[in-house]
Amino acid sequence: MTNVLLILFIISLLYVSIANRIITYVRVLALQGFILFGVTFLQLKDIQTWNLILILLETVVFKALAVPMFLGYLIRRNRITRETEPYLPHFISLLIITMIVVITVLLANSIQDTHLDKIFFIVSLSTLFTGLYFIASRKKIITHVMGYLMIENGVFVLSLAVGNEMPDLVNLGIMLDVFASVLILGIFLNKIGDVFKDVDVDQLSNLKDY
Amino acid sequence: MMIGIYLICAYLISALLFLNRKAAGNNILIVLFCILQTVFTVYACFSYRETSLIYFTFDSLGLLLLITLSIITIPALFHSYLYIVRHDESPQSRALYFAAIVFLITSITAAYLANHIAVIWIFTEMTTLSASVLIYHHRNKLALEGTWKYVFICAISITFVFIGILFLSLSLQHAGSNDLSFANLMIYKDQLNPFWLRLAFLFIFTGFTAKLGLVPMYTAGIDAKDKAPAPAGALMASVLMNLGFVGIFRFYVIIAHTSLFHWANLIIFIAAFLSIFVATVYMTRVTNIKRMFAYSGIEHMGIVMLGLAAGGIGYYAAILHIILHAFVKSSLFFQFNQLYRTFQSKSIQQVGNYFKYNPAGAIVLLLGFISATAMPPSGLFVSEFLIFRSLFEGSYIILLVVVLLLLTIVIWAFGKNILKILFLPVTGLDETKIPKINPWESVTQYILLFTAIWLGLNPPDIFVRLIQDAVNVLTT
Repeated sequence: MTNVLLILFIISLLYVSIANRIITYVRVLALQGFILFGVTFLQLKDIQTWNLILILLETVVFKALAVPMFLGYLIRRNRITRETEPYLPHFISLLIITMIVVITVLLANSIQDTHLDKIFFIVSLSTLFTGLYFIASRKKIITHVMGYLMIENGVFVLSLAVGNEMPDLVNLGIMLDVFASVLILGIFLNKIGDVFKDVDVDQLSNLKDY
Repeated sequence: MMIGIYLICAYLISALLFLNRKAAGNNILIVLFCILQTVFTVYACFSYRETSLIYFTFDSLGLLLLITLSIITIPALFHSYLYIVRHDESPQSRALYFAAIVFLITSITAAYLANHIAVIWIFTEMTTLSASVLIYHHRNKLALEGTWKYVFICAISITFVFIGILFLSLSLQHAGSNDLSFANLMIYKDQLNPFWLRLAFLFIFTGFTAKLGLVPMYTAGIDAKDKAPAPAGALMASVLMNLGFVGIFRFYVIIAHTSLFHWANLIIFIAAFLSIFVATVYMTRVTNIKRMFAYSGIEHMGIVMLGLAAGGIGYYAAILHIILHAFVKSSLFFQFNQLYRTFQSKSIQQVGNYFKYNPAGAIVLLLGFISATAMPPSGLFVSEFLIFRSLFEGSYIILLVVVLLLLTIVIWAFGKNILKILFLPVTGLDETKIPKINPWESVTQYILLFTAIWLGLNPPDIFVRLIQDAVNVLTT
């Protein structure tokens, strides 16, 4: 069951690569939150109950509900246009992300490790690189933020892989999630929406050396 | 126990500064914090090598950098005070500024002393939070842009460090342990899984380069130091960079005892060389004075990491260099505010003949330039010379020659700009508008610069022994 959920997670990455509208990204992020809820529930068995409840709450309340809702609110409030405006065509994005997944699978197959379920490694590493790819290839700042949130989800998957032995690391991951999301989303995206008229990275190139 | 009291008191002072709106209360709290920081540093010196609250150890490296931080703290707060008074800030903005700067200093202190990689990570996160408040101090479009870039890149790099910690924990599980403190990692150093350790080093190194100011993540720091008020920029250009060094160094100590040692050195060499190269390229083109200082910092961090990777006497020189650099770079940033008040511009084109308007400040710039380019008699000359010697002894001759060439270009570019600022008059400058600068404001810079010279040329015995002790863990 865990494997099914994690494969669904990878499929969501492929889906997002060909998505045309920003709201699809938000929905995929919400879906990923629910998937992580399921994986956490199935994976973390040797953990204290209150800790498990905290982690489950974080995935559902924070990742699956609060952040997507807030993103939706930001999109409406700042009147961000619906297009994702990639620098590259969708087909090439799909190809690149498929390549990323294939390469991580090959990499994972080359390691011998009894302590790690390899699928966690594959999912998290391919999510990391997909997120970085989104940051590099999309024009709007809000899609950069979504790329970052996707990276966070990938990191969360990896922390679940060691979660039974070191639950503290999962808690640290949650701290990172909350901290970075609040800092990035709450304060600055709000401010950037106020100060810059259209939220485009092109507008963020005024800091120069001369 | 003492560190717990220190952290609670310092964060409490930060909170009170944030809530307080009165100027008098503000000043009292700042003085209180200075006393607290000094007392804590003295206490730390007397409890050398003791562990406090499980996660903090007063070891040699932590102690050296903590003393550096505490010395720079006092002029930083003093110049911040002058800066805020002169700019006629609203009580809210003043409260936020001082709360953030106290928060930043406290978090850096805790991160220096932490003996557990996750604890360093947490406090590094906190420095990002407080630094972003300082960068956004002016609340205009450019400040927002700088803050956004800083926060975003720091968020990504902090995530990288976290991924590195996860890989490290996987590596440690092979040894059948799950305590990520450095002491425990050292015990199990032979049983760590090399594959995971390799990934861990890559991610942790890349993550900490955002704070240290190396390729690939150096960009955020440049914008940050440019947009933050100069006293805060001084902290970011000196002690905050040292924090990145601490993060990398403590993990590097573990790596140095494993089979990955040579591979890790290669990675550091590449990053360090690219940093010097990038800094050289930008130094020749830059016309913004603050950014020029910031790029010079990138170059110095590259040199420090070269020393670390070359080994031998390079270890000693790297630590010496990072301490001296902190003194020199912070004094240049403190001086920048007076320069800006004189000319109302950051651009080298609109600044000139500084000797005529403020001789005391001009000498600071000249001394700072001599120190930052490591010309004798500056202390950095000694440390840079030792680093080059270590490169020579490690027979990295080609690298050494190329680096020396790049450094010559840096000296040329830096010198051209500084001499222009000091001697060449600018046309169209309205001299009646230039304010008289009190030379006493430069005293702190002189003290910092002379400390750097003194520590480099005639280091006290205890200082040398502390550095030797800090690098001994690498070789034994």
